[in-house]
Amino acid sequence: METMVTRSYMSRREAEQQSFNLLATVLVPAVAILLQVLLPRISPRLAIVDLPLIVTLFFAVSRRNPIAGTATGAVIGLLQDLLSGMPAGVNGMAKSVVGYAAASLGSRIDVENTATRAVLTFCFSLLQSVLLYLIQRHLLEIHGFHVLWLHELLRAIVNLLVAVPVYLLLDRWKRQD
Amino acid sequence: MEFVTRFKNALFLIAVLLAQAIALAVQVRGPANAGEPGGERIRLIRLWTIGAVTPFERGAQALGSGVRNTWYHYIDLRHARQENDALKRQIAQMRIDEAAIAEDALQGRRLQTMLQFRQRYVGSTVAAQVIGTGASDQSHILTIDKGSNDGLKPDMAVISPDGIIGKVREVAPGTAQVVEINDQTSGAGVILESTRIRGILRGTVAGRVQIGNLTADSRIKPGEHVLTSGGDQVFPRGLPVGVIEKIEPDPDHQPYMAISIKPAADLNRIEEVLVITGMQSELSDQAQQDLAAAQAKRAADMSAEKLPGIHDDETGTAAQNSTSAPTGSTGGQTVKVPRPEPVIHPDRYSPGATPPATDLTPGAKSQTPPPNTVRNATKPSNSKSTQEPQELQ
Repeated sequence: METMVTRSYMSRREAEQQSFNLLATVLVPAVAILLQVLLPRISPRLAIVDLPLIVTLFFAVSRRNPIAGTATGAVIGLLQDLLSGMPAGVNGMAKSVVGYAAASLGSRIDVENTATRAVLTFCFSLLQSVLLYLIQRHLLEIHGFHVLWLHELLRAIVNLLVAVPVYLLLDRWKRQD
Repeated sequence: MEFVTRFKNALFLIAVLLAQAIALAVQVRGPANAGEPGGERIRLIRLWTIGAVTPFERGAQALGSGVRNTWYHYIDLRHARQENDALKRQIAQMRIDEAAIAEDALQGRRLQTMLQFRQRYVGSTVAAQVIGTGASDQSHILTIDKGSNDGLKPDMAVISPDGIIGKVREVAPGTAQVVEINDQTSGAGVILESTRIRGILRGTVAGRVQIGNLTADSRIKPGEHVLTSGGDQVFPRGLPVGVIEKIEPDPDHQPYMAISIKPAADLNRIEEVLVITGMQSELSDQAQQDLAAAQAKRAADMSAEKLPGIHDDETGTAAQNSTSAPTGSTGGQTVKVPRPEPVIHPDRYSPGATPPATDLTPGAKSQTPPPNTVRNATKPSNSKSTQEPQELQ
């Protein structure tokens, strides 16, 4: 007896799209922002790590949905702005673009590989620095605003180093659709 | 419709960016529009966000303090006994030193009273504990555990025993955000302690503190202390700000110098702060009069600095004259009668150049010799060549 095999054709994005339960979706960004506020109290040098960016990238790349990536980036960035005393929208806009770009890229390349994730984190960290510079210098017209590019390069490296173990930890929260 | 479906991702991103750009525009339109509904709404959302995070910050602070206290007070007690003995010896030595210092302090108070200079501009303060920082290293923000319930208001000065810290920005009922002096958006009026040059202090992107509105001046040197000038209406006058660390040309504002300041307070390790909630000058007319008198004195000092200095040899002569001035006795106290200092260019109006009234004859021509004669009469003729260059100095 011949067995009928049902086959459906799905895109790579649909096949690998992952989701998270509500608790993880709310709790992980909240904890990242809270740690971002508290860690510099232990050592001011820890402020160089951008945990909200790492979390934005993780969710955007895992979901592979640009709309979800944009929304996640916007919410996390706005919360960061509200707590840092900066005008609401500076980090929000930068992280929206980062979330969108990361999700778009995530649907095209294999982002499960640790090396790829590290390179993505490095590149998107630099992209965020450029976006923040453009927003503050040209949109807000803050005269005399400068970016220390060596510092931003160092930040990208530190984010890369922190992101790899954080991604491995957060992978446990994933739910394959 | 197909267009929307096809480009829904990009359209969503554009919509989100546009909404945030509008929100930014509302916030940065300036203080004149701060009371508008849009700006007020964002301020409320900010306060709610701070309020939501505060319990966690308090919890972390309490946990950290608990762990630290347990460690320091109960576990890490090695060498505590030896340290205790050393401290007791130190206290004994300090008591001896204190007696000597107390005498100096009394003298200082007496002098202050004589000058009628009372530095009582800080009226009341509220002590607060730092419980959090800003969520971005581009902003230098502190969260403190006191808010509007404790009388805090925006723009109040925040200080520590070492120096100024910043000013209050957002105030929630139980907490407040403090913008530090090294934040890019902060500013403070300052004065250089010895040269009395005024400047504006600003934070930089690197989290440093700079004075950027002064042109090159040879009098400004590293190591000079910087104080608050009181001109910003936020910080009381005379509080320590820091020490000049480096002076270099400002590449962005070419005629001006970038004077880097090392803050007096360690801005990276602040545990407790004082918020100045009341200024004495607002309460007392007397204090305002004192301030005006002190400013007038300072203006006189600055004018005196700009005038040509007195030669050392003349100062010496003046000192000699003052010591040789006639003295009188009043009620057991010796009072020195003031005597005019010798003039550089004597003429017929100079003290001592006019003969006594008893020697004058009504209607007779003046017998006063011309000024040159007086000067030459007091000096040997061959000393004129050496005298003139001194006068020109």
